[in-house]
Amino acid sequence: MSDPQISMLIMPKWGMTMTEGRVVKWLVPEGANVAAGDEVLDVETEKIANAVEAPVTGVLRRHVAGEGQAVPVSGLLAIFADPAVTDAEVDAFVEGFLADFTPEDADAGAEAEGPAPESVQVADRSIRYLKLGEGGEPVLLIHGFGGDQNAWLFNHEFLSAGRTVYALDLPGHGGSSKDVGDGTVGVLAGVVAGFMDALELGAAHVVGHSLGGAVAAELALAEPGRVLSLTLVSSIGLGSEINGEFVNGFARGQRRGEIKPVLEVLFADPTLVTRRLVEDVLRYKRLDGVDEALATIAASMVADDGTQKVAIRDRLTDYPGSVLVIRGAHDQIVPPGHADGLPETVRTEIVDVAGHMPMMESPTEFNRLLLDFLP
Amino acid sequence: MARTITYQQAITEALSQEMARDSTVIVMGEDVMGGSGAEGEMDAWGGPMGITKGLHSKFGDQIMDTPITESAFIGAAVGAAASGLRPVAELMFSDFLGVCFDQIYNQAAKFRYMFGGKSETPVVIRTMYGAGIRSAAQHGQSPYSIFTHVPGLKCVIPSTPYDAKGLLIQSIRDNDPVIFFEHKNLYQMEGEVPEEPYAIPFREASVVREGADVTIVTLGLMVHRSLEAAEKLAGDGIECEVIDLRTTSPLDDETILESVRATGRVVVVDEASPRCSVATDISALVAQHAFDALKAPVTMVTAPHTPVPFAGVLEDLYIPDAAKIEAAVRSVAGYTR
Repeated sequence: MSDPQISMLIMPKWGMTMTEGRVVKWLVPEGANVAAGDEVLDVETEKIANAVEAPVTGVLRRHVAGEGQAVPVSGLLAIFADPAVTDAEVDAFVEGFLADFTPEDADAGAEAEGPAPESVQVADRSIRYLKLGEGGEPVLLIHGFGGDQNAWLFNHEFLSAGRTVYALDLPGHGGSSKDVGDGTVGVLAGVVAGFMDALELGAAHVVGHSLGGAVAAELALAEPGRVLSLTLVSSIGLGSEINGEFVNGFARGQRRGEIKPVLEVLFADPTLVTRRLVEDVLRYKRLDGVDEALATIAASMVADDGTQKVAIRDRLTDYPGSVLVIRGAHDQIVPPGHADGLPETVRTEIVDVAGHMPMMESPTEFNRLLLDFLP
Repeated sequence: MARTITYQQAITEALSQEMARDSTVIVMGEDVMGGSGAEGEMDAWGGPMGITKGLHSKFGDQIMDTPITESAFIGAAVGAAASGLRPVAELMFSDFLGVCFDQIYNQAAKFRYMFGGKSETPVVIRTMYGAGIRSAAQHGQSPYSIFTHVPGLKCVIPSTPYDAKGLLIQSIRDNDPVIFFEHKNLYQMEGEVPEEPYAIPFREASVVREGADVTIVTLGLMVHRSLEAAEKLAGDGIECEVIDLRTTSPLDDETILESVRATGRVVVVDEASPRCSVATDISALVAQHAFDALKAPVTMVTAPHTPVPFAGVLEDLYIPDAAKIEAAVRSVAGYTR
């Protein structure tokens, strides 16, 4: 199995509950040369669809799984090998793999194995979080408006190699208490600080998406010593425009037909929005207290004239640490142009093939950018 | 946080959470309190299936036993609803509707209309339906179409634990009379249900499986038979879209028509007998509004037009199964003019 001339592409694990994925379409034919990072095939899970990228540069010799086929996590998708390797050797390799391969037990995978989300009490709120990895300087991931820790589905595990990475659910979101106070970024940043106290996290690298970006920045400005570095992903607060229709449409939508078009605006490629993703959002939105929480937060984000109420741009230089700003080129919620003209000390990166959710839509590039920035 | 519980536990939890939230929510029916009215374990049985067990010790006067007289206690529930309470009455078997039909059909359903919109009747009637437990002709019917036919009534038929909890909470909060149908053979079904209260809006069918070839429109227990058939058909390359109606009144016609316009082929699966039924209603809807899209005749899989048989072998034949659904889908999928 360790033949240096043969490399495998296996089914990735996107998130804690994924047990298998379905091959939707091969994007690269057998026999083609690919570079590491090229998109090789589209895979769909019950939650989300995404492209799988080549792990190595080389010749794609074999599609082991056909289009439409379901493959368990870590199951074999494709073989890369030098042209010198014969077809018979590729066959033998595939046979050997399949003979030895035992798929992860679906039940054991969800329950027995791996870390599960936990909750911690922060004043009178319960805050749910997922901790992955051990050691290193901790990283804290903060999702955006209407999201939860699953926003980091494609990043959390990857980032946790060699460091501790926490992803929390903000108040009013996911599995946390629904009380959001006055819904302002200041209140939410206070809860994040309380969360760090409760877990005895002195300081962390803080990564925030959208609303979570402004929460992270607010925390960095209020308690700079606790924020080792600041990463703002598609963040609000860097300009005045915002897609208020999205914010209010998400806050108000009750039905599949209302929510699906709203979610599609999040992505450069709207086909990434699966039935399951819509259903998960609806299930969250139906919980008692969520509509009020979202309406309260929305009112603190968007003014009556449709402009942003949150402003962190002019204060960003007050934070002494390093700042990374990541934007999707096709962001339809917060204009990508808001990354222009930031102070020179701020590192700015644009992800080409992404909308408002670059960490989901271009996870490999996103993970590389973030890893490159973190010490 | 969601965890796995049964359909039965989901219903109990919905009742308990709504009774705790709102003291005007009351539960009444035969043996719902436990019959003896005693405390603790003697808080006895909690209805024929034990759904209301434990509610008396928690909620005291919010739950009451009634005599075996459906006309009286359904009438009392309707009257209580018209005068400020939110009663959830348990009509043990939906087959007993005949005993209390005037109270539902000619009273509860009509108040809002006849009093010029000034009166609300927020009553829920929970009731068991469906064949499959050898309970024969007088305890095994699926009479939801009779209630669906009546303007002024809302008709809810959940198929999963998640839907049972969310739809019952919506039923209790709704200001109109709701008939809530629970299938006997779903009570032990397990599924993920959030601990927190939540409400699923009416007229929101659930697309439980996506597929481009044939639309299966169904409800209640038949959702699961249809999914079983769809799974098998997918192995042969026939992809079914399975739509669970959730509510037959109001009816989510948009979701049905959108799907049929995409597939052009539809099978309606209904456990009830086939005349003037939900199955015929959906068939008529599709014929009227999606005729241009149809590539094959609208096809129904239903029980035969007979009472539910007592003999086990006959009852098993009576209830539509995955094999019958599969055969209907194959005939529709293979149909050419």
